[in-house]
Amino acid sequence: MEHIISVTVENKFGVLSRVAGLFSGRGFNIESLSVAPTLDASMSQMTIVTSGDDRIIEQIVKQLNKLIDVIKVVDLNESEFVSRETALIKVHTRAEDRAEALRIADIFRANVIDSTPNTYTIEVTGDPKKIEAIINLLQPLGIKELTRTGRVAVAREPIRPAVSQPKRVARE
Amino acid sequence: MKLTGSEIFIECLKREGVKTLFALPGGVVLKIFDMLHQQKDIDVILTRHEQGAGHMAEGYAKATGKAGVCLVTSGPGMTNVITALADAYMDSVPVVCFSGQVPTSLIGNDAFQEADNVGLSRPCTKYNFLVKDVNDLATTIKEAFYIATTGRPGPVLVDIPKDVSMNKAEFHYPNSVAIRGYNPTYEGNRWQIKQAADAIIKAKKPVLYVGGGVVFSGAAKELVELAELTQAPVDMTLMGLGAFPGEHPLSMGMLGMHGTYWANMAVHYADLVIAVGARFDDRVTGKVSEFCPFAKIIHIDIDPTSIRKNIHVDIPIVGDCKAVLRELNQMLRATVNGDQKELRKPWWDQIHEWQRAHPLKYQQEPDGPIKPQHVIQRLYDLTRDRDPIVSTDVGQHQMWAAQYFKLTKPNRWLTSGGLGTMGFGFPAAMGAQAAFPGRLVLCIAGDGSVQMNMQEMATAVVHKLPVKIIILNNRFHGMVRQWQDLFYEGRYASSYLDTTPDFVKLAEAYGAVGLRAGKVGDLDAVLKEAIDIDKPVIVDVPTHPFENVYPMIPAGGCNHEMILEDPPELKKKMSGPAKVTPEDKDTVLTA
Repeated sequence: MEHIISVTVENKFGVLSRVAGLFSGRGFNIESLSVAPTLDASMSQMTIVTSGDDRIIEQIVKQLNKLIDVIKVVDLNESEFVSRETALIKVHTRAEDRAEALRIADIFRANVIDSTPNTYTIEVTGDPKKIEAIINLLQPLGIKELTRTGRVAVAREPIRPAVSQPKRVARE
Repeated sequence: MKLTGSEIFIECLKREGVKTLFALPGGVVLKIFDMLHQQKDIDVILTRHEQGAGHMAEGYAKATGKAGVCLVTSGPGMTNVITALADAYMDSVPVVCFSGQVPTSLIGNDAFQEADNVGLSRPCTKYNFLVKDVNDLATTIKEAFYIATTGRPGPVLVDIPKDVSMNKAEFHYPNSVAIRGYNPTYEGNRWQIKQAADAIIKAKKPVLYVGGGVVFSGAAKELVELAELTQAPVDMTLMGLGAFPGEHPLSMGMLGMHGTYWANMAVHYADLVIAVGARFDDRVTGKVSEFCPFAKIIHIDIDPTSIRKNIHVDIPIVGDCKAVLRELNQMLRATVNGDQKELRKPWWDQIHEWQRAHPLKYQQEPDGPIKPQHVIQRLYDLTRDRDPIVSTDVGQHQMWAAQYFKLTKPNRWLTSGGLGTMGFGFPAAMGAQAAFPGRLVLCIAGDGSVQMNMQEMATAVVHKLPVKIIILNNRFHGMVRQWQDLFYEGRYASSYLDTTPDFVKLAEAYGAVGLRAGKVGDLDAVLKEAIDIDKPVIVDVPTHPFENVYPMIPAGGCNHEMILEDPPELKKKMSGPAKVTPEDKDTVLTA
């Protein structure tokens, strides 16, 4: 089963290769991995999309925790989370296709961020299914280049209705 | 006052209590060696190969329980020490290895003797550092020792570029270390320990399965108390030998692939397995899906990744073996009722039956070729009163040593378990001897293994490390030959060594003492002579070339399905001449 694991690590050289080396050395899957610094510049946040049965996921989480440069590991699948991915798609557009390309971008709430006489570069953000869908629709026009960020994800804040909601009702 | 990186290095080592450094110089570490040469607190042992330095540091660490330290140069110095680091990583040995590196300005330029030391060692160290600034050196060294020796111990590499060893910085040695991503758990969860205590009280057929973790956490005393309190039999892993006294009535000896019949039967038929500081290695479990099929499993280990890595565990307890066992004993003392001996009698009756049915056995004819087991048995009988430290290489002799040499205390057994590194034994013994100059240190080796680090004999002679090497010389890579006899129809592909050096002359060539026991009748006298010589000694003992190690669980087999003796066709071979015949050689040629 697919799991999204959020890993807070020390922001220093060599950490990425420690994490990547752990996955390759132990034969774990990485479907995607994204890294960037957090608000605290001494730390980075990694979002790793991986897959495996419960035993493997447990090992992945434990092995990540064992790495000395890893500060915190959260298996997001243990609660609700939201995830997004961005793709930049450079589409080849003949004159007769340009309107169609814009229509498709519009349907997916994607933006055209660069344009040449023969191409549009489209930026689209969403869950992987949405990205797959727009790619499928643009493919007949001719995709010249495609680059995807891999997913980033964050846990949803738990909703605590009991305390705050009745008050609001009363005010109304 | 400002000090150079090299001076800082030495100051740090002194503060960590390092007395012995196993080292081999090279271009980029010359400054460090130059400073080492001008001080007297740290004894530098110049090895003949960096792998030797690494294994000596391991032997030192295993015998003392403190970090072993080695220093190598960049490039080939580093690649040579990798085997020892990988070995230390597999067996959780606290080693701090310092490597030289080309100057920071040249890193990445494919400079002379440059290697990516941090990249090379990453998968085989617990952690590694590249020091880019001399101002970070002291803190880095402090952290390196801290990481190597705390939690589940392991090797740590510190890579020091040449300019860092020469530049100056103000020297401050930190008193403490705080690493936010590294906080090992020492105290076990009380509730879980309570669950374990309850399970132990309920169990009818408990087995303690103990490993190297007990040795490293210094929990041997607590283990004896637990075993005696519960009257549970104690199975030891290869790494756990010595954690529990081998002659204790509750000791079952080693379990696993070449463990005793009763140790394996007990773990298979147990209703409760209490794993302490062990990791369910495949050489112990055999076929994992059928390992102790009737048992509930309690697993005590300081490394959370060890738990449920190979096998489902019912009661996991993450913590230091010593702390957890102490608490467990306390709970059990309060709750154990009645005479445990009486309660466990049916279980022990069964175990004694297994012991009687298939004891460890070999047949030594008074005039026949020497049996390797007999050598170990005699060595044990002759040295047991002297509390020796015993190291081994890897192979048949290692398994026989594990079966027949009973250790009474921890930190007396130096062997390469996880990685199975041939060539480990001799340098490891030297490391232990360097730590304990007055003690008797034995290295039980095979003629194949010992040649892998024979060059260190020069180091032993120069530094007066009077290690006694006993070579069980069967002219084969014996364990390979055994597998070929059992599973490859006796085709001896690259296992027959054909010519081995005259080890007696070899010892003499190095300035050590060489002895040979050619007949059974000579064995005791030669061993006694060797033990009393205050110099490195090689005792060459030609042994029967076709003797096999039993019991044996074939790879991937179940623990209760052991091969207990030679199958008929091999028995026939054993009754033939005790040497490799042209016929055997033909199989080499025609295979």
